[in-house]
Amino acid sequence: MNIIVCVKQVIDPEAPPRSFKIDAGGTRAEMQGAPPVIDPYGEFAVEAALKVKEAAGNGKITALSLGTGLLREVVKKPLAMGADALILLEDAAFAGGDGWSTASALAAAIRKTGEYDLILCGREASDTNAGQTGPGIAAILGLPCVTLVRRIDVAGDTAKVERVTSAGYEVVEVPLPAVMTVSNEIGEPRYPTIKGIMAAKKIEPVVWKPADIGIEPSQVGASGRRLKMNRLFQPVHEGKCELASGETPEEVAANLAARLREAKIF
Amino acid sequence: MSESSGVAVYGEIADGKLLPIALEGLGIGRKLADSLGQEVAAVLAGSDVAGLAAGAFAGGADRVYVVDDPLLKDYQPDAYVSVMEKVIGQVKPRVLIMGQTDVGRDLAPRLAFRLGVPVTMDCVELAIDPASGRLLQTKPVYGGNAQAVFTSDADPQMVTIRTKAMTPLQPDNSRKGEVVKIAAGLDASTIRTKLVDRVIEDVAGIRIEDADVVVAGGRGIGGAEGFAQLEELARLLRGAVGASRPPCDNGWVPDTVQIGLTGKIIAPELYIAVAISGSSQHLSGCSGAKTIVAINKDPEANIFRQARFGVVGDWKKVLPAFTARVKELMAG
Repeated sequence: MNIIVCVKQVIDPEAPPRSFKIDAGGTRAEMQGAPPVIDPYGEFAVEAALKVKEAAGNGKITALSLGTGLLREVVKKPLAMGADALILLEDAAFAGGDGWSTASALAAAIRKTGEYDLILCGREASDTNAGQTGPGIAAILGLPCVTLVRRIDVAGDTAKVERVTSAGYEVVEVPLPAVMTVSNEIGEPRYPTIKGIMAAKKIEPVVWKPADIGIEPSQVGASGRRLKMNRLFQPVHEGKCELASGETPEEVAANLAARLREAKIF
Repeated sequence: MSESSGVAVYGEIADGKLLPIALEGLGIGRKLADSLGQEVAAVLAGSDVAGLAAGAFAGGADRVYVVDDPLLKDYQPDAYVSVMEKVIGQVKPRVLIMGQTDVGRDLAPRLAFRLGVPVTMDCVELAIDPASGRLLQTKPVYGGNAQAVFTSDADPQMVTIRTKAMTPLQPDNSRKGEVVKIAAGLDASTIRTKLVDRVIEDVAGIRIEDADVVVAGGRGIGGAEGFAQLEELARLLRGAVGASRPPCDNGWVPDTVQIGLTGKIIAPELYIAVAISGSSQHLSGCSGAKTIVAINKDPEANIFRQARFGVVGDWKKVLPAFTARVKELMAG
């Protein structure tokens, strides 16, 4: 069972919204004072991979990350959680990509790894919130794909999968190899153990440049984009919150109710 | 590219009905087509769906393409991607609008990669750039901390739209148009994923996406027992109970009541956020509410930046008194 998990390094989405800033060029965002993290959505994919490997009793999990300025202590988190290998697509040429250029590079790298049964991604990334990378990889590699997965049971060369819907879930059967995007309903990602952290320290990531995966630098990163970003901005909330007052919490609550009634809110 | 024309709207269907998102798509599609001076086409794919064309015309379509095939009875990605690729190849729209729904999230990116064009998911605003005639595609990014405006040089310019972000037209049943049938031409052997079962997890009472009033709790509620108090207020206001992500992840409430980027996107008249700090990912799901009322003990909580009314205080003390007073006022 060879499982590939695509995870990315992102600015910390759980940092307080007030530390979120966009640079003067209006293209890049940062969380001031908060270090980057492994995408929490991607961690669910890592958790899913570990569950599948445990159920199979054997297998190899390879984490795959693309970007620039990848901090080893960040991108090694999947290893610390229990993944076996780490491949980094790290080169200036990979920077500033969109769904197309990212999926193209990841698909080329996955092809180069040779053997794979399952390719897992988060349901979306916490920065772009697009949810295209998984389906894109599937389309490029000609593989079936199930999105928003909350449970995976592999039996032979088929997987029975539960897919989250707004009203409940669907049960889907899909032949392997397949691509799946994993939703948070898969269960809380496990914390790295001390043993896992020690093991991760000893694993050296494999670093590939565009030439290593047989792809032209012009096809990846910013130059491989098909979608142009014209503007990145923070919406302004002009609304002011009217706070109810009073001597005790009970009085404040009663005053709020009275004010809402007065404003015909209920 | 120059031969592309018009706006196509994917008319999503469930249980034999055109979904509200389809009418929202037609509403914005009509606006965009009018500013381009072009037509709006609706695409209906499914089994036994031809009867829904009238609804699409009433919602703003000039022409309706119908793909009717028993193999399209349930949404199945391989079949639907193949059908949509065929339809788009024939219709050649300049803009293609789908919904950010269970189906759209799955179908749109696959179709885009098949067609060789980009897609912008979860748009909250769409407009034609008067200078270039291209579609300006605005979507929240960074969990709602920011928005980005995208354009594409390739046709179709593909987007999905956030539920309730666009306004449907007032249905006009006198509107008529041409219905064009397209054969699905499906080969069952190319369908790789198989739907085995569809499970509906029923929630008692009103569904949060349909409720006028939603009372939602966050991590600070602390457990399932606390949600019983929210339930009481919701019942009183004939609303539904929702939650941010932590109560769902902790199993205090079912996942189906989660509000936010990874849950439901709702736009009720009144949203009462109890012990919810207001992470961007949560606000993405409720910022469409007409009035937000926040109860939180942290005066710096982000939710107060979005709320119209609020109380700074411990919900355990505030909520019972609030509920009691609401009850009195409603009785009186």
